[in-house]
Amino acid sequence: MMLINNIIKPKTINQNTLVIFGSILVALSFLDVVLLSVFNINLTGSSSGISFFVPLFIGFIGLYYIRFEHTNYKFINTINKNLNSDWFNSILTLLSVFILLKFIPIILNWFIFDANFVGTTKEECTGDGACWIFINVWLKRFTYGLYPDSETWRINLAFILLIFTIGVAYFSKPKIRTYIILFLLFVFPFIALNLISGDVAGLTYVETDVWGGLALTLIVSIFAIIFCFPLGVFLAMGRRSELPVIRYFSVGFIELWRGVPLITVLFMAANMFPLFLPEDIFLDKLIRCIIGIILFEAAYMAEVVRGGLQSLPKGQYEAAKSIGMGYWRMHLLVILPQALKIVIPGIANTFIALFKDTPLIFIVGLLELIGMIDLAKTNPKWLGFATEGYVFAALVYFIFCYSMSRYSQRLEKRLSTER
Amino acid sequence: MNFNTLRKSIPQIITIILFVSVIAYFWSNTYSNMEYYGMEFGYDFLKKAASFDIQFSLIEYDGSSPYYRAYFVGLLNTILVSVLGIFFATLIGLIIGISRLSKNYLVSKLAEVYIELFRNIPLLLQLFFWYFAVLRALPLPENAINFGDAIYVTIKGIYVPKFLWSNFNYFISSFIAAIIAGFIVFSYAKKQRENFGKHIPAFFISLGILVVFASSGFIFGLVDLEFEYPEIYNLSETVFNFRGGVTIIPELLSLLFALSLYTSTFIAENVRAGILGVDKGQKEAASSLGFTPGLTLRLVVLPQALRIIIPPTTNQYLNLTKNSSLAAAIAYPDLVLVFAGTALNQTGRAIEIITITMATYLTLSILISIFMNWYNRRIAIKEK
Repeated sequence: MMLINNIIKPKTINQNTLVIFGSILVALSFLDVVLLSVFNINLTGSSSGISFFVPLFIGFIGLYYIRFEHTNYKFINTINKNLNSDWFNSILTLLSVFILLKFIPIILNWFIFDANFVGTTKEECTGDGACWIFINVWLKRFTYGLYPDSETWRINLAFILLIFTIGVAYFSKPKIRTYIILFLLFVFPFIALNLISGDVAGLTYVETDVWGGLALTLIVSIFAIIFCFPLGVFLAMGRRSELPVIRYFSVGFIELWRGVPLITVLFMAANMFPLFLPEDIFLDKLIRCIIGIILFEAAYMAEVVRGGLQSLPKGQYEAAKSIGMGYWRMHLLVILPQALKIVIPGIANTFIALFKDTPLIFIVGLLELIGMIDLAKTNPKWLGFATEGYVFAALVYFIFCYSMSRYSQRLEKRLSTER
Repeated sequence: MNFNTLRKSIPQIITIILFVSVIAYFWSNTYSNMEYYGMEFGYDFLKKAASFDIQFSLIEYDGSSPYYRAYFVGLLNTILVSVLGIFFATLIGLIIGISRLSKNYLVSKLAEVYIELFRNIPLLLQLFFWYFAVLRALPLPENAINFGDAIYVTIKGIYVPKFLWSNFNYFISSFIAAIIAGFIVFSYAKKQRENFGKHIPAFFISLGILVVFASSGFIFGLVDLEFEYPEIYNLSETVFNFRGGVTIIPELLSLLFALSLYTSTFIAENVRAGILGVDKGQKEAASSLGFTPGLTLRLVVLPQALRIIIPPTTNQYLNLTKNSSLAAAIAYPDLVLVFAGTALNQTGRAIEIITITMATYLTLSILISIFMNWYNRRIAIKEK
């Protein structure tokens, strides 16, 4: 009787024995799952359908015996606090660990151990895992699109210049930095555009049809970001204006663009917009699409900025007016610097959303990164590597978006001022 | 006219003039362009036969149907995928959002990884991944994954049994009657609770009514439900396919996967912010009144959290509806693909068709936001 009672209700007196016993049980349950998933050895004889059931049961009992308010082992205490606070938590923990143990080996095998890295043709992909040769061979196309190989240095130069100028701006004094940023915003985009498209200073002309890959993704998003921001700020100010015509105009504009999907905007830019222009003016499809993206994202930006404008206390406006500032000076010097600081996370989110929206230009026939992957995977020589292509693109996008969101979080912390 | 009114009216007049002149400029260009290309303007093409097929349709449609019918097929498909997507995104978002707040370190980390992963990858890429990489890896019909001889999972879609009702109207009316009865029970229970402090288990009573009403038709033999199971057959020597049952096409599935997983990450973040936004004192007050943790969550935390969660989640629902237009990329016959794609290419009526498409999405967006605003007002704090 004592024994049964002791098993069902663990006592603190036998704590050390029970902890060791419980740890062994938990270790056994993990071992079972690892053996099953990595080496395909079935230790417990559980059938494939409920392969988690037996280890779950063993682990559950093990965790039950470990669960003490205080033990002599620091490690066990941490586990009890974070992973094993009650029976429900212990089941969640076990299931999470099992899922990780089951899928991490599969994913790692596919990514690294069974994958092929070196080679130049499809036939060299012999492993069961990923064929990274596909990415390797097409990497140049994924980066530059169909841009002629002999001219890719122009794209490289443009981006190196961009990074270099940003680097200089980062390390220079605040006063010079302002000028560099102004240069980056208003002069550099056009220098870069001329450099890449050519037809000036002896550079051969490269039409936008062959632009593509990651370079196009970046070009489109950088341009759209630069122009949608000021437009969004103006629209936000317009929406809060005292002048009814300007207010209604802004509201109508914002709600119109926010109410429709980007695809229809791009369809409009591609199919309908040429009709709006006189016959002798030809606007490139890429530029039409960028304009569409700018108008679309500006509406979202306007709503974000409006949130910042609304959250400022009225006293700020009144104080600025009382020292004799006019509308524009008040906004430029007092209101916007504070309002924009409040909405940095929102602005960053809009930029990230814009960056993630750029692949949509694929639908109207512009081949940015995803479009190039689509092209590569339908190439007769390289059929059947869709997964590799999409995983690669996902990785690229993830790196960009994740680092942007991390940077915005840091910026938010650095700029936050206690009120 | 004094200086102040002048200062206010000049910018407005300039705006109007600018706006009107831009419109006039575009209008005259469009007019001359259309004349030049010999294009016509008008909506009479909607009544002409569409003469193209649509792979998946909720209403009857064939090539001889007029364009407006094709429009409705597309619209219904858009609504179908949006409604299903909203349902699943909310469900997953709720689960992930709560897991993100779990005391269990591992669970909360896994939820975080999920959120960061699916949020930072473009929706179009996820859609392509599900469609071209995952669903293309499913077996051919002859090797279908079989669930109890009723559901078959193949590369051509998922085949599920079809419900064959007899006297379906009776069933539906009893169902509606049960729902109305449930409403009456709920309002009666509320009155009893508020006026006399009596507790009536309204939920279980109305559930009972629902079960009794719905099953009465079967018991008395008025309603009958049979299933038509999908079965495999030879298309030719080596090509097999399924017939019968209902086919869930892979386009719909991958769109649903992509939309609900992507949107669920944003909803999860909203849920997390909402629950964190409820003051700690509220929970403490509830437990000091003797509420169990479950009751605290249901009666104290969630109603307050919902007020924070709903407005941004409405935005996500709107986004999901608009994002469903990505269907065009994988040839799911939604509004954009059917109407702004195929119909536009066939008729060349760019202006009319794109205007109709945009107006439709605008209406859908406005309808959803009106509904959610109404709901939001209903649950808002009523200051007494």
